[in-house]
Amino acid sequence: MHRTAKGESMSAITLTTPLERATLAELRAGDAVQISGVIYTARDAAHIRLIELLDSGGELPFDLSGQVIYYCGPAPTPPGQAIGSAGPTTSYRMDPFAPRLHALGLAATIGKGDRSPQVREACRQHGAIYLVAVGGAGALLAQSVTAVEIVAYPELGPEAIRRLTVEAFPAIVAYDTHGNSVFPTDT
Amino acid sequence: MRQIESQTITDAIYEMALSAGYSLPEPVFAALQDAVERETGPARVVLETIVENAQVAAETKLALCQDCGMVVIFAEIGRDCHLNGDLQQAVDQGVARAYRDGYLRKSVLADPLRRDSNTGDNTPAVVHVKLVEGDRISLHLAPKGGGSENMSAVDMLVPAMGRQGVIDRIVEQVVRGGGKPCPPLIVGVGLGGTMEKAALLSKWALMRTMGEASPDPDTAALERDILEAVNATGIGPMGLGGRTTALAVHVEKHPCHIASLPLAINLQCHSARHQHVVI
Repeated sequence: MHRTAKGESMSAITLTTPLERATLAELRAGDAVQISGVIYTARDAAHIRLIELLDSGGELPFDLSGQVIYYCGPAPTPPGQAIGSAGPTTSYRMDPFAPRLHALGLAATIGKGDRSPQVREACRQHGAIYLVAVGGAGALLAQSVTAVEIVAYPELGPEAIRRLTVEAFPAIVAYDTHGNSVFPTDT
Repeated sequence: MRQIESQTITDAIYEMALSAGYSLPEPVFAALQDAVERETGPARVVLETIVENAQVAAETKLALCQDCGMVVIFAEIGRDCHLNGDLQQAVDQGVARAYRDGYLRKSVLADPLRRDSNTGDNTPAVVHVKLVEGDRISLHLAPKGGGSENMSAVDMLVPAMGRQGVIDRIVEQVVRGGGKPCPPLIVGVGLGGTMEKAALLSKWALMRTMGEASPDPDTAALERDILEAVNATGIGPMGLGGRTTALAVHVEKHPCHIASLPLAINLQCHSARHQHVVI
């Protein structure tokens, strides 16, 4: 259960990584979920590198199968904290890359805002989901992160790929595996 | 003539940039709390999360948002004061110190086309200078996040489109942005002038204390009508649907050419971390 500021609660479905396709198929756009396990951060610069790597036949720095990519470039970690502020960035900038990664086994992405019809279709086609976290809630979302490790591209600073260990990370299903969208602007 | 040391500017910028990183201005926080009461379902959960985030940020000294923005400064400089030193340098020193000490994210590239050219200290700030009466310096600071700035626009409308055309174009922009610019928004509008004047006015409009109406009754009425139209879109908090798409609309007008109707729309996310000080 996700406890909110007013003490109200919204029932949330627990997801554990790596994600099972059968579990994802049961989710519907609008469902509240809480993710526990491991998620990987990657945003603009890291995606460019990943795609260049694929184009040149290289091996990705982590196995995509059943995994979650979080579009996030965290703030620096202050002393005594697991991570700095760590909310989602806008997803549409990664739209050109997402279908290809889903085809390689990526099970979910987390970001904010609506996306291209191609990403929604890729989710349907590959049994994957797109989740949204609350943008501008980076301090609160950081409380769900228990450990951080840089996996690739440390020279990219906030844009490096990080492996986050998360506990009950709250998100909402935006695109489900059936082609539904939570956004009223999507038809 | 009143003398002002550049160190005074640096210290003021440092304090404002740090506060902006962790704390929302009171009117913004209050407006978000009020908005919670108007919403149900996911919209309510989103707003409650935003309110809770502000409390957590203040307690933990973690930045409100990991996008700690590019710093925009409006400096209104009294013509009867003399600044000893370079304004841009004084501002940048304050920004660099605050972003280092505050563990705020450095998001500025020296070359827009080079992903590996992060300046490492979130400088330079974008500094706008205006000469005014008196011997004081008024400094407005706004860390501007990429998400909402990306959904902003300048459009040169045809004069015949008129008042309704302006409202429609702003609504179109907000709908196009959907959840991407992190609604609930504050919509800054620059109307009139020339292309660059309109753009500057739309940013200046965001420096006004949130929710304060324009002193000009006609403009204030336009602000109310735009706000109503924007909230009628149903985009809602983070684009998930709801009544609260914008918390406020601020319009700044300027005289313009008979052939023109320049319109700039600068969207501000709900993390409206603005600070102001008078030296």
